[in-house]
Parts: sequence; structure tokens; C-alpha cells
Amino acid sequence: MDLPFIKVENISYSYKGDGGVGVPVIKELSLEIREGEFVAVLGHNGSGKSTLAKLLNMIFSPQSGKIYIDGKDITAPDMTDDDVFALRKTVGMVFQNPDNQLVATIVEDDVAFGPENLSVPSEEIRKRVDEALRAVGMTKYAHHEPHRLSGGQKQRVAIAGIIAMLPKCIIFDESTAMLDPIGRREVMQTIKMLNEKMGITVIMITHYMDEAAMAGRIVVLDEGRIALDGKPSEVFEREELLRSMGLDVPQCAAIIHRLREAGVALKGDCTTPEKCAELIGRALGGEGRDV
Amino acid sequence: MKNIALGQYYPAKSPLHRLDPRIKVLLALIYICAAAFCKNIIGFGVLLVSALLIVALGRIPFKTIFRSLTPVLFVMLFAVFFQVFFTKGDMLLFAWWKLQIYGEGLYLALFTIVRIFTLIIGTSMFLTYTTTPIELTYAIEDLLSPLKKLKVPVHDFAMMMTLALRFIPTLVEEADKIMTAQKARGADFSTGSLVQRAKALKPVLIPLIVSAMRHAVELAVAMECRCYHGDGTRMVVRKCRFSDIAALIVMIIFLAGIIYLNILGLVYTA
Ligand SMILES: Nc1ncnc2c1ncn2[C@@H]1O[C@H](COP(=O)(O)OP(=O)(O)O)[C@@H](O)[C@H]1O
Ligand SMILES: [Mg+2]
Repeated sequence: MDLPFIKVENISYSYKGDGGVGVPVIKELSLEIREGEFVAVLGHNGSGKSTLAKLLNMIFSPQSGKIYIDGKDITAPDMTDDDVFALRKTVGMVFQNPDNQLVATIVEDDVAFGPENLSVPSEEIRKRVDEALRAVGMTKYAHHEPHRLSGGQKQRVAIAGIIAMLPKCIIFDESTAMLDPIGRREVMQTIKMLNEKMGITVIMITHYMDEAAMAGRIVVLDEGRIALDGKPSEVFEREELLRSMGLDVPQCAAIIHRLREAGVALKGDCTTPEKCAELIGRALGGEGRDV
Repeated sequence: MKNIALGQYYPAKSPLHRLDPRIKVLLALIYICAAAFCKNIIGFGVLLVSALLIVALGRIPFKTIFRSLTPVLFVMLFAVFFQVFFTKGDMLLFAWWKLQIYGEGLYLALFTIVRIFTLIIGTSMFLTYTTTPIELTYAIEDLLSPLKKLKVPVHDFAMMMTLALRFIPTLVEEADKIMTAQKARGADFSTGSLVQRAKALKPVLIPLIVSAMRHAVELAVAMECRCYHGDGTRMVVRKCRFSDIAALIVMIIFLAGIIYLNILGLVYTA
């Protein structure tokens, strides 16, 4: 059987509400993600993004439907504890608040936490910690106390803690939401590096359109269902639909959209300001001119 | 507020840093016993030399050590004062009005200083300076693991200690933020009676507790995602190396030597 890396089939999930009545949050959702993809997940507050992430990590199990990850049916009733650990090793998760993910008082101890829980031999842990810290550019801070680091640095330590478990996929649940612009840039660069250089499948939940534009694919969630799924340029074309779901469109995509509506012929995709300037420049007649 | 020191781990590459943390806990305990049992002037000399040797082995600058000693200077002075002025003996050195100073008092004062000094050097060199807090909790967990047979949740306590240490600065920072926010709304934390001031803290404590709960829930999920399983089956057992065992043997011989000196009763015993 040739399964994609992640295959979600018709899953539904509801939280226990008051008086035992379930509040449906994920509704018959299906999704496929191939190995090595960089997928951004958009959706307004409460659309079920975090819940979906936690379902992929078996923090919750869906009430109906199936989830296959890396060739294994993680919704099978015969999942053992070891299977769950193996899954969480394969699919790591980085959250929003960096403070609530760091468990140790020294950076390198924190990075070692995951491998230690997985009973990795100590020489191997040493190696993985060094490599993970190098990958996120935090080697210099190995002996620092996390609470003295900046938000972006803490978040990179949290990422190193996941890398040290050697995951195939990492889910970022609004991991840049609490950071200042510098921290955001640091973390975004790290995420891109993970995907491009280390071949890790990235699922990035975010609120920022410019971050989503960096992904290879965007999935938009609305009320527990997938409303849009496609390349950034395709998704951002649907400006009205996005706005009706309480989402924005990156400024450059909005400009191109409006220009096209006004009858200006613009060919090609546009998700970044540079690309946007290039397209407009070309439309103004300057063949490949520097803009 | 970001500058709270958690323990005082001093990163360096030294023989003491490399020792197994469990061995270091044992070394500290034995060293404390040696300092406490010592009653003999030669013994105190040996203790003093050993303390300096340990500092050298840990490659910690004396300035750092001295800074950790300053808080106890007061205690030392206090002890010295009492022993110099209130010890009675046979060797009267100085008398004026009701004040009498005996040789024994001076001896005792000197011994007390050496004893406190070595106690602090012993614990801080073996435990706080050369061992990270998390290594320390793991070590204590390992050493107490026989209690697991009696169903004492040793691992859970060790984990709680680690997390408490980790979250002190986070919560302090948050308390600071909440207090600033309340002050901006006109709260007054620094005047009024004790009761009034305690009452003024209520609007700080309640948000702080709520946020601590939120931290706890999120942290629990994050720990689960990193494959934490609270049943204490940490398999990563660090094996003691030859140097660890050697250090332990040297320390036991050291304790035996101190006790032997006591038995010999050389020179003066307090
Ligand atoms: N632990 C919970 N118990 C009950 N309801 C919850 C819980 N967590 C989230 N919800 C509800 O589920 C919905 C989706 O939440 P979530 O997945 O966190 O959305 P998002 O991450 O997209 O903002 C929201 O309406 C939220 O109120
Ligand atoms: Mg969320």
C-alpha cells in the first residue's frame, strides 16, 4: 500500500462540553501530506487548528475516522504506549509560548529531555544535543539558563529539543505568535532551514499571512473543515472567501488581485513583495528591469 | 528580574564537573560528616587544605567562591563572638572587668570558622557550582530509588523539584508584570498596615495562580509531546567510571583519617 506520509481520513472530534454534550470542533476532515512538504495552516481563532495538531500527535484521538502517519494507523485500537512514543518521536510539536515548553534550567539539559525519555544512550544524547543546538544556531548558549534568553532564542531551544528526537515531521502551533519581529525572523529562518536542508516535513499553523506565503502549500481551516487547499498564490486569489472567514490576504497578493480586476494583465504567481514589484515592473513595460 | 540565579552552576571543564553527580552527592555528604566530626587541630588543618584543594580541582575562581561566602560572614562573626567571650577554660589570656578571654575560646572560634568554611566549600563545590540543578535532581532520584520499592514516588518528586526551579523566574517575572499593571491602576503595595498590604496583594495573587495553572496545563502537553512518561523509567543510567569510584574511595579514606586523628586526640580537642 502506498500511503502518503500523513493521511487523515474523515476524522471528527468534539470536546466534552458542559453536561457531557460534545462540542464538535473537527468535522469529517480529510487531508494528505507528503513527506518533505512545507504546509501552512491558516484559520481564524477557534477554527480547530490546534485541535487538529493535537490529533496528529495523539494528544487526542478522533472519535471517528482514521489517521495514518508514516505508514501506521495511529487510530488503531491496538496502539501500545511504545507506539505512541514512536509517533511522538516521528511527529514533534512546537507550541506558542516558549516558556511552557522548556523543562530544564540549563539549555543543553532541556534539549536532552526528549532523547532521555526515549532511553537513548548517553553518548548518543551528547551527540544529538550538540548537533541540534548547532542546527538552530544556539551552540553558544548551551550552558545558559533559558529564562535569560530572548523569546526567539527560547523558541529555537524548544525546536532543538524536538530535533534531538530526530523527527520526520514538526508541527509548529503559532510558534511565532508571541515573538517580536526579530525573534519571528529567527524562528522562520530556522523553520525554512529544517524543511529545505534537513528534509523535515513542516506543518506550520500561523496567523501571519507573510509567513504562510513562505510555505509550499496552504490549508485553510474553517469551522473544523478544510475550506481551501493549494499553493499560496492559488489560495490568496480567493480574497473574498478568505475575508469572509475572518482572514487577511498579504498586501502584495491583494494589490496584484486588484490590479488584475482592474484589467491589468499580470502573469505569474506572486506571494512576496519582491515578486510583486517584479511583476508590476514588467507590466509597466520594463522588460526584466531591476525594481 | 531576569537575573535571578538558579543555583549557581559555573560552567567549566574540570575534574569535578566531570564526576558523576550521584558520586558528588555522596562526596558532599561524606565531606560534611568529616567537617562535623573533626575535633582536632591537625584535623582542622587538613580540612582547610582539603577545601582549598577542592576549589582548585573545580577550577572556580576564588572571587566567585568569596561572593558565595559573604552571606554567611555574619553567622561566622556571630559564632566567633560567642565563643571568644563566653567560653570558660583553664588558659586565661586576658581579663578586664567581667570580660575574660580564654585560649579555649579562641581555639573554638577558629575551629568554628574553619568548620563553616569547609561546610560551604564542600556543598557548593560538589553540588551547586559543578552540578546543574537537573543533574542534581536526577542524582538524588537515583540515590533514593531504593525507596521506590516502598512505593515512594521518588521520580515524581524529583521532576517536581526540577520544574519548580525552572518556573521560579517565569512566575517572578509575571508577578512583576501584574504588580506593575495593578500599580498603574492605582494599587498601593507599599503603604498601610500589614493587613492592608496583604489585602492589596490579592489582585496580584489571583491572576498569578490562574496563569500558573495555564502554564502547568500547557507544560504537561509539551512534556507529553516529548515522550515524557511519568513512571520513572529513565533508562539512561550513567555508569560510574573508575575516576568516580576513586574519588569516592579517597573521600572515605579522608573521613577515616579525620576520625583517626580524633581518636589519637592530638594536641587540643574541643
Ligand atoms: N480543552 C478544551 N475543552 C473544550 N473546548 C475546547 C478546548 N480546547 C479548545 N476548545 C474549543 O475548540 C475550538 C477550537 O479550538 P482550537 O483548536 O484551539 O482552535 P485554534 O487553534 O484554531 O484557535 C474552540 O471553539 C475552542 O473553544
Ligand atoms: Mg490554537
